[in-house]
Amino acid sequence: MPKTIKQLEKIANAIRQDIIKMLVTAGSGHSAGPLGMADVFTALYFGGVAKLDPKKRQDPERDRMVLSNAHICPVLYSALAHRGYFPKSELKTLRRLGSKLQGHSNNHANIGIETSGGPLGQGLSQAVGLALAARMNKNQHIKTASSVGRRGTIATSDAGRDYHTWCVMSDGEFDEGQTWEALMLAGKLDLREVTILIDRNNIQIDGFTEQVMPLENFSDKLKAFNWFVIEVDGHNIREVLDAMKKAKAMAANPTAIVCHTIPGKGVDFMENKFEWHGKPPSPTEARLALHELRTFGGKIKCEHE
Amino acid sequence: MKAVKLSDFWMHKTVEKRPTRDGYGQALLELGESNPDVVVLTGDLAESTRALPFGEKYPERFIECGVAEQNMMGVAAGLALGGKIPFISSYAVFSPGRSWDQLRVSVCYAKANVKIAGAHTGISVGPDGATHQALEDMAITRVIPDLIVMAPCDAEETRKCTLAAANYQGPVYFRFAREKTPVMTVKQTPFEIGQAYVCREGYDVTLMAAGPLLHAALMAAEKLAAKGIEAEVINSHTIKPLDTKTILQSVKKTRCAVTVEEHQITGGLFGAVAEALAKTYPVPLEAVGMHDTFGESGTPDELLAKYKMTDTDVFKAALKAIKRK
Repeated sequence: MPKTIKQLEKIANAIRQDIIKMLVTAGSGHSAGPLGMADVFTALYFGGVAKLDPKKRQDPERDRMVLSNAHICPVLYSALAHRGYFPKSELKTLRRLGSKLQGHSNNHANIGIETSGGPLGQGLSQAVGLALAARMNKNQHIKTASSVGRRGTIATSDAGRDYHTWCVMSDGEFDEGQTWEALMLAGKLDLREVTILIDRNNIQIDGFTEQVMPLENFSDKLKAFNWFVIEVDGHNIREVLDAMKKAKAMAANPTAIVCHTIPGKGVDFMENKFEWHGKPPSPTEARLALHELRTFGGKIKCEHE
Repeated sequence: MKAVKLSDFWMHKTVEKRPTRDGYGQALLELGESNPDVVVLTGDLAESTRALPFGEKYPERFIECGVAEQNMMGVAAGLALGGKIPFISSYAVFSPGRSWDQLRVSVCYAKANVKIAGAHTGISVGPDGATHQALEDMAITRVIPDLIVMAPCDAEETRKCTLAAANYQGPVYFRFAREKTPVMTVKQTPFEIGQAYVCREGYDVTLMAAGPLLHAALMAAEKLAAKGIEAEVINSHTIKPLDTKTILQSVKKTRCAVTVEEHQITGGLFGAVAEALAKTYPVPLEAVGMHDTFGESGTPDELLAKYKMTDTDVFKAALKAIKRK
């Protein structure tokens, strides 16, 4: 049964609470990015548009999700655990020796993570490769079907297998030349099989993006590379889902969904502060943050406290 | 250990000469036919890396990435994780030279089944000069966990190396050269990843080569034989994992050795052998290769002579190694 927007918002809130708990337990990690992207990850894993299902984690036709800015992996881990890829109790092992939940996400454990990341700017290339593999599978299927009886079968186990590739990126990653190389290749190939969701939160480690390395006019730049661009409020789950549906239905161009987000969203003392890019909350700050999240910013009374 | 079969003409003037890259192109065509999962990527270097014939025959499995090696490495990682067997064709100075971070994280750390073919390696690249002569590629690849590193000795062996890379599950880097070099091996000469082999048996000194300079080592062995010195010659085509077993068996007999490579001796075959012997059975070890300097423009022969990588240099190094016993 598809979830209502209200239900999705509740999930996003729970994902945020686990991000705070993970970070304070780990004692290191990034706060602003994961909180800012909780709504987008909820849309991805619970919205019903992307084919992401823990019961089908090995299905060759599953959609592929590539996290390029892997430092925001706490939001990925939290979303995966809530979705049932692994027990929520494992979240507290973040950044611990022997944990599946490394400081930057990798694909070593079978918990629904497809690639390895960390150094910025690598994810879109990986996503383009995954999308190309899907396209080749499709073409191979067509070719095989048309050549049956003539030269026998050359089908591989992957022939005909189709899927969509979703890539989550940060705006800071657009400082990397490799990102533009990948945009150019996907644009050249009209690679409609790939969609990027860009966390346009305007901050990076050293400050605001427009001071560190201006990106504007961002959307025009993407369009110039033959991408179809949709701008959404990254905290409006319905808008994100509508954009994802549109992206999946594209006949030609690859799609970039520019998600305007507030870094640290949901915790007022973290919101829009680049100082919170790369540090975890202290235990006191975590208590305040969890209180705010549990009461939806003071809108409701918290039963736990 | 018995010496493997080489061409009957390897030291003859009439020996067939072909660039090792030709063997790569030939193998890609064979793989195109036999394995529909094999895909080829290039960064605006289709012809000179010999990837072009594959691209013409299998355009739906050929990706022209433009002059963008970092992206190309990442795209290959994605293709591999999507079930394909991608071969990246570029010059080694660019790939893995420029795309090392992507090789490390997107490919090797992610255990992606990517094959990286590094063309135009060694000083013999010639007139293009220092920037295009890959002399550090084995060093930068050898330090990455789980990455296979190979330097086949001639066109036929490059063909076998390419086929073996396709059959191996995991990331592989292999290098080849620009110029025509003697084809020493024949179809029957065995090739297995990680398995060095003896080309000539001897007991006075071990000459180990990786790449086309194996010919210089064999020629040097002839010269040594004329002086009554019997050299054992090993083709150590796989630098990682190094076949320490074969090397140890030989040096335990000869008690001195020379490494021969068109690469910086630091981090290349010399580095690998020195590390292995230091831990197990230290013997006097001499190095023929680049000694911590950049190359320059010139003809391949001029450069090999100036930077002391000819058969005469191997001969001299062998005498030095024997003297140190």
